[in-house]
Amino acid sequence: MQTVQRSPLLPRLLRVRPGGLAPIIALLAVLLILVAVRQSDFFAPPSLMSFLGRSAPIILLAAGQYFVIVSGEFDLSVGALVTAQVVVAARLIDSEPARTWPVVVLLLGFGALVGLVNGVITTRLRVPSFITTLGMLLILLGAVYLWSDGAPKGGLSDEFRRFGRWAFEDVPVLGRVPYALIVLLAFAALAVLVARSDFGRTLIAVGDNPRTAELSGVRVWRHRSIAFVLSGVAAAVAAILIGGYSGVSFQAGAGLEFGAITAVVLGGVALGGGRGSVVGAMLGALTLELLFALMNFYGVSGALRSTVQGAIILLAVAVSAPRSSSR
Amino acid sequence: MSALAFRPTRWAVPGVFVALALTLAIGWLVVLIDGGQLFNQSTTVSLLHVAAGLGLVAVGQTLVILGGSLDLSVAYVVSLSTLLAAETMNGSDAALLPAIGLALTVSAAVGLFNGLLVTRLRINAFIATLGVGLLLKGYLDNGYDGPAGATSPTLVQTLGYQRIGPVPLSFLLLVAVAGVVWLALARTRFGHHLVAVGGDPEVARLSGVRNDRVLVTAHVLCSLCAGLAGIYLASRLGSGAPRVGSEGLYDLESIAAVVIGGTALAGGRGGVLGTVGGVLLLASIDAIFNQLEVDAFFKQVIRGVIIIAAVAVYARRALRKGAA
Repeated sequence: MQTVQRSPLLPRLLRVRPGGLAPIIALLAVLLILVAVRQSDFFAPPSLMSFLGRSAPIILLAAGQYFVIVSGEFDLSVGALVTAQVVVAARLIDSEPARTWPVVVLLLGFGALVGLVNGVITTRLRVPSFITTLGMLLILLGAVYLWSDGAPKGGLSDEFRRFGRWAFEDVPVLGRVPYALIVLLAFAALAVLVARSDFGRTLIAVGDNPRTAELSGVRVWRHRSIAFVLSGVAAAVAAILIGGYSGVSFQAGAGLEFGAITAVVLGGVALGGGRGSVVGAMLGALTLELLFALMNFYGVSGALRSTVQGAIILLAVAVSAPRSSSR
Repeated sequence: MSALAFRPTRWAVPGVFVALALTLAIGWLVVLIDGGQLFNQSTTVSLLHVAAGLGLVAVGQTLVILGGSLDLSVAYVVSLSTLLAAETMNGSDAALLPAIGLALTVSAAVGLFNGLLVTRLRINAFIATLGVGLLLKGYLDNGYDGPAGATSPTLVQTLGYQRIGPVPLSFLLLVAVAGVVWLALARTRFGHHLVAVGGDPEVARLSGVRNDRVLVTAHVLCSLCAGLAGIYLASRLGSGAPRVGSEGLYDLESIAAVVIGGTALAGGRGGVLGTVGGVLLLASIDAIFNQLEVDAFFKQVIRGVIIIAAVAVYARRALRKGAA
């Protein structure tokens, strides 16, 4: 599949290293300048902190999605998984504070289990992950609607909701630091550590050329399955934050899978695997969120948002995508 | 992705028809025990109507998937086409042909745009067509709150509701379109080139195939099929519906139908016959569950399981063939 192509001199000079961080940082900088021009008080600690807190779930999902995509697969089920988690949490907790921690543990386990099922079906049964996770999406949404007869039941305890909605007050300089931001920083650090570990590097090799990796003694199926588990756990954490921040609804996770995949691609990770960094993926998510904030500031009507989003994605990917990513 | 998967296939009867026959037999029996009748006039008609709408989209989707591409924008093309057709007709028969022409032209233009993004700018098809879908979604969300326009009465009476025995005209349209696409794949240079490009783009290019031109054509044809599905839906609904495509999940369902029909998602292997089988299978499951009055959400769970199971079976068979 891989062929060495000699490229003309000019594009070679202009081209940035594929999978590098330069394009996403440039895009982020442009958006930051546009925000600064329009709404300079956005950078005051209180609004900046709450923006970062709000962006935490999609950044976490992008980090989880990174591991799956860099290994050469897709995870379309994360949006449905978030919805399922939020609805399940509400029903199980049923506004009882004492049940908070067991349910949190249960959700993390549930996320890991869904990821494991995705991974094993994809790798052992050789079903393309697009289909596996599409099927999982239908199963999760159908099951969760079925289980709750079409309307979410129960409620989240305040204990549960504090992760997504409370903040440390009166922090020097920063003012109000949302719990979500702390959770984000902790998991982001963890994601970077995992990506830099032996496992993370091997995963990139698996995505780049599974056959070579296999022949070099890597258990490809095991690595890919673990990547799916990581994505499932990330979805669980994101669900806990989203449930806390915006409450229980069947729309809680709608469209998040496409958001996360977009963010990862914006961050310079090649669909098809083998190239990219988890930091890029998370910056991609941050860029996407900043884009939405910017559209708010410029008064773009809610309905037109997807048009602007689509245009930006196409532009950014066309300009920065590595030239070999077309299938 | 493995090299084992790329083997030339003959036009054998795809396994999906075995699954379809089994499903119908078991479904008929279960519905009978339940005290109903699966093959009465009204169920058959509604089954074929469901199959016609999804089928038109899925036949087009087959072409791009065979070429190793993908189209996630079809759902929005369907909605856009219902609106263009219904608003141009505006309830009269006079503008029937211009309306159909306009809807198909715009659809083809979207396909051309998709194709150029994928080939010229080398954007991954998943992202390119997702982006184009978002562009269209924004236009639809911004311009329309609900149904708009009115379909010409003649079109409603013919394409929408006319049938020959239990077979709706729209299903015959699907059969005709699928037949044309089958011929194009089996007998024309374009068809052979498309399969070659999907199988291995590099080898195809070195053999003198103009990959870009073939893929752009496939994308245009795919969007045309989605546009045709939109015109059919407009004739069923009597007006343009800005969300009929996305709420009907035509993007993901059409891809599911294609792969259930035995076409490899990676491209280069499969055919349109299997896709029609996949569409009929999905529509039959719908019909059986409707007869049994099974919960709609349970239906969705079963649908997810079937999609995964079907593809797992194909993957096993491909593996065995490769090993043999």
